[in-house]
Amino acid sequence: MKKINKFSGNTVLLLITIVLFVAMYAVGCVIYSAKGFTHVQTFLNLLITNAGLICVACGMTCVMLTGGIDISVGSLIAMDCMILAYGMGVKGWPCIPLIILILVIGLVFGAVQGYLIGYLKIQPFIITMAGMFFARGMTAVICTDQISITQDMNPMFYKWANAKINLPGFLGYVNKKGKTVVPFIRPTVVIALLVVAIIFFILKYTKFGRNLYAVGGNQQSATMMGLNVKATKMKAYILSSFLCSIGGICYCLNTMSGSVQQALGFEMNAIASSVIGGTLLTGGVGNVIGSLFGVLINGTISTLVTTNGKLLSSWSNIMTAALLCFFIILQSLFAYFKNRNNR
Amino acid sequence: MDTIKKITKQQLFLPFFCLLLVLLINLIKSPTFFNIGIQNGVLYGRLIDVLNRGSEIAILAVGQTLVVAVSAGTDISVGSVMSLSACGTCMMLAGYGVNSTTQLAVPMGIGILFGILLGGVCGCINGALVAKLKIQPMVATLILFTAARAIGLLLCNNQITYIRYEPYKYLGNFIPGCPIPTAIFVTIAVIIVVSIFLRKTALGLYIQSAGINSRAARISGINSALICFVCYVICGLCAGIAGMVASSRIYSADSNNIGLNYELDAILAVALGGNSLGGGKFNLAGAVVGAYTIQAITTTLLAMGVSTDQAPVIKAIIVVIIVVVQAPTFKEWLSNSEAKRRALAAEGGQKA
Repeated sequence: MKKINKFSGNTVLLLITIVLFVAMYAVGCVIYSAKGFTHVQTFLNLLITNAGLICVACGMTCVMLTGGIDISVGSLIAMDCMILAYGMGVKGWPCIPLIILILVIGLVFGAVQGYLIGYLKIQPFIITMAGMFFARGMTAVICTDQISITQDMNPMFYKWANAKINLPGFLGYVNKKGKTVVPFIRPTVVIALLVVAIIFFILKYTKFGRNLYAVGGNQQSATMMGLNVKATKMKAYILSSFLCSIGGICYCLNTMSGSVQQALGFEMNAIASSVIGGTLLTGGVGNVIGSLFGVLINGTISTLVTTNGKLLSSWSNIMTAALLCFFIILQSLFAYFKNRNNR
Repeated sequence: MDTIKKITKQQLFLPFFCLLLVLLINLIKSPTFFNIGIQNGVLYGRLIDVLNRGSEIAILAVGQTLVVAVSAGTDISVGSVMSLSACGTCMMLAGYGVNSTTQLAVPMGIGILFGILLGGVCGCINGALVAKLKIQPMVATLILFTAARAIGLLLCNNQITYIRYEPYKYLGNFIPGCPIPTAIFVTIAVIIVVSIFLRKTALGLYIQSAGINSRAARISGINSALICFVCYVICGLCAGIAGMVASSRIYSADSNNIGLNYELDAILAVALGGNSLGGGKFNLAGAVVGAYTIQAITTTLLAMGVSTDQAPVIKAIIVVIIVVVQAPTFKEWLSNSEAKRRALAAEGGQKA
């Protein structure tokens, strides 16, 4: 009986998320149908702009499953973008070594954070906050200007960024000039969806994935079961920073620039996406499909704000924060009722 | 040897040691650091600058210390709340949507009070989330960390509101005829009020007991949730006051820049002051000295030509070092290795 109860509680959170997304999108379609909100491409643009966020949110979900949190992601993305932009734009280095460098930096960054959190048992928030300021500061150390990546600087990277993958023709629509426009996605979307699929598989079917749930569910019982809690935590942070590096590359392919102020408040979006997607802050519950929908909700909010045109851009920050607040309260209400039922 | 150990065991040892270290480095690098002169009838010099500019961090550190002590978590929204209350005040004083004004729409006192209360309201939100809903403090304050700055932009209609009204500049600069920066007086006032509040009522004791073991405190009849809530409100009010000072310095509300990265400084000050980030016992004086140490570091870095964007790198490294040294696992490892060394020495002695 208890099992069914727990199951339904978590599914309800995921269901609320999906219903909320569909509802918000439907509202957008009704209000802004004249502005092209109903086109398939609008939805695909949602994926294209948020490809980076999807990768980061997947990593964040893994960390949050262990009961931790990683707020260094936004700054890490800024640093990645800056390394790419500075390397290609100013130094004229080829992009493949730079991308490998970024992935290595992600692994090292995650390993240091993970070691301090897992093995020295320091609060994750403090360490990742230090990481956040460190990465943001390093971005400024590399270069304080805003650098754009243009076609002349690196044709290969430019080609990747502008590559279109066309979807089947029947999804197309006829535009005002009478031409058929076929909806397309960019390679970053493929990367992001692959990441979601891989993390979903890892969480569901591998030992490491089950360890993450076990550590987050109850650390003490996980230790007693013989799991290596410290190593699992450390691996979670390495995974998060690595996915963040992949997300950083996707983000850079989308913005094609690097600056100190880039991806400010990104960690908030990633955490909000995970929480909205049904990941519990206390750990042990959650999955990446929910996080994907969380990202889509986030994206819909900012699309709604920009489509409106009259609202200030800070509204999307406020809306995200309000939604996060709402879902956190919802979670603690669920926990409260669950406790009362168990009693 | 024993006296040295006694001194190093003191809680105030770490902040004072760091402060002296920073000052010593400055003394070696540039002896002019300690020059204090009088220019245009006001005190002038690097040391005064540290005391003056460190005011916001010191005020924030006072609130932050209580929050850390009671909830073993930090309030990371303080920087954003500073910016929000600055925007609130400027919006009240200038009227909504006004870019620059020489005439005040409402009396200055009301505007400032509004700003500080706005900080208090933010503290209430944080406090309610943490104390009532039992959400991890840093996640709860993350909401306002993002939202407060954005709301501030909304209040100011997405622009920088200037208050070109002489008395408004007093708080962050100088009152005519007084050579000491006003911000120093504000800081002293905040510290005195809060410490009287803690000493003369049982609040300080309650905070410590709630921080050490909130369940035990509740069982022994202390309303832990209420104490926690009060701490967050005080922290919010402190952020509001700090916001006033910061806004008065530039007689405007620059939502994007006021209080930027201050949350790191405030937390660093608390940690430097010898307060455990794990909650429990706290020491206000340590946090205040820590705050001025941070400011001294910042001033030194700026004097060395490190830009404001780059300074967080060094501060982040300092934070990590402090928390690693404080970590129980690290202490255990240290004492173990010391015990091993002693055992080895004893063994060697026996053999000899």
